[in-house]
Amino acid sequence: MIRFPALCLCLLAPMASPAADPSPERTRELVRMVRQDCGSCHGLTLKGGLGPPLLPETLREKPAESLRYTVLLGRPGTPMPPWNAFMTEAEADWIVRQLMQGFPEEIR
Amino acid sequence: MKSLLSILAALLLSACSGAALRGTGDLGIVIERATGSVAVVDSSAKSILGRVEGLGDLSHASAVYSRDGRYAYVFGRDGGLTKVDILERRIAKRIIQAGNSIGGAISQDGRLVAAQNYQPGGVKVFDADTLELLADIPATFGDGKQFSKVVGLADVPGNKFAYALFDAGEIWVADLSKPREPKLTKFRNIGSQPYDGLVTPDGRHYIAGLFGEDGLALVDLWQPEQGARKILANYGKGAEKLPVFKMPHLRGWAVAGGRAYLPAIGRHEVLVVDTATWQEVGRIPVKGQPVFVMARPDGRQIWVNFAFPDYSQVQVIDTLEQKVVQTLSPGKAVLHMEFTPRGENVWISARDDNRVAVYDTASFAKLAELPAQTPSGIFFTSRAARIGF
Repeated sequence: MIRFPALCLCLLAPMASPAADPSPERTRELVRMVRQDCGSCHGLTLKGGLGPPLLPETLREKPAESLRYTVLLGRPGTPMPPWNAFMTEAEADWIVRQLMQGFPEEIR
Repeated sequence: MKSLLSILAALLLSACSGAALRGTGDLGIVIERATGSVAVVDSSAKSILGRVEGLGDLSHASAVYSRDGRYAYVFGRDGGLTKVDILERRIAKRIIQAGNSIGGAISQDGRLVAAQNYQPGGVKVFDADTLELLADIPATFGDGKQFSKVVGLADVPGNKFAYALFDAGEIWVADLSKPREPKLTKFRNIGSQPYDGLVTPDGRHYIAGLFGEDGLALVDLWQPEQGARKILANYGKGAEKLPVFKMPHLRGWAVAGGRAYLPAIGRHEVLVVDTATWQEVGRIPVKGQPVFVMARPDGRQIWVNFAFPDYSQVQVIDTLEQKVVQTLSPGKAVLHMEFTPRGENVWISARDDNRVAVYDTASFAKLAELPAQTPSGIFFTSRAARIGF
């Protein structure tokens, strides 16, 4: 009886891990969202627009943790909105990792 | 024999000249942002005539037309300025004029094309024929070493351009009656973070929308000495605004029947203002946060599209009834709408469905669907003859 919930936790744990990559289908959605919707302020090529560039060289100095919260919670006082209604924390971490490495192109 | 030869030569020449003569009054372009191309379209035949490629990064691209309606000047995000011959469907000229650009305008006399830039922040003015740089107007502010991003560039009468400085909270009017010697009039402290601007159809009022506070800044260009004033101040009444997932666009003004219809920032509302008093006279609830609020040319309808995540629908406001009378679902991620010159049809781009839908504005029937690669802006040549387009 007692072991059962513990087993559940074990099964869930790998999914909750921040290093887990989203499914291929979700990856396509996230890439599209970043390129197209983030792109409306940061540029399709992420070289910046009304919002700052999101290229590896411009993000290198910034801690991943603060980038994650910028994505999830936005930046008050600037036009950057919170995106936490549209992605999980793990997905925000994945986006930040990809941005720091050079974000993938959309697959058509 | 000689005359026979000349007849033959004439026949050959006419055969070589290709397509029959035609006007451009019912032509236009659709920006295909991901592929860096534009589709040249015919709004009478509701068809795509062909494509012009090689225009660079067209995320957030816009276009203006030469006054003869033959050339489209396309402003790309990467600072590219491309003069496209829409009759021959080829690039007539292309330059990279900045690192990061947001749009442009063409002067009243059609001889100057101005680009508004984020990086380096400022406005550059080019000869419309040759794209030779005539004036470079950096948007300096503060200690004079900072450059502001420029938004809301609009052509205004007198060969002037009006625009707003996002980072500085200023509106500038540049008089280019002598193109190489621009004269600037600056309006300071107009409000926080102007994000876009428009000029009214009569060319009299320039309005900048503010992101950093509720309200808009208004300049009467007939009486610039009166300075800028705030209108619709505090329209949110202190209520917390919703997150803004896309900045509204004011260009493509909606002024109809003595009223201006404006997107509310961070609210699911269209604000209605009396253009005689500039007082709010109403607000119309809509489906999402408005991005484009555009009047059908006769002013009877206002069409509204929305920011992410409500961007797959479009709503139509009847200006007599002052309420939404129709909701359409043209496709996923509607980015832009363009009316045919007299407004019987509207073309709507659905980015994620890779198509442009054409609707009858009286019956709301869908008349056609055209394939396009991630279409965004749609620009018809009728813009050539309108102030602020």
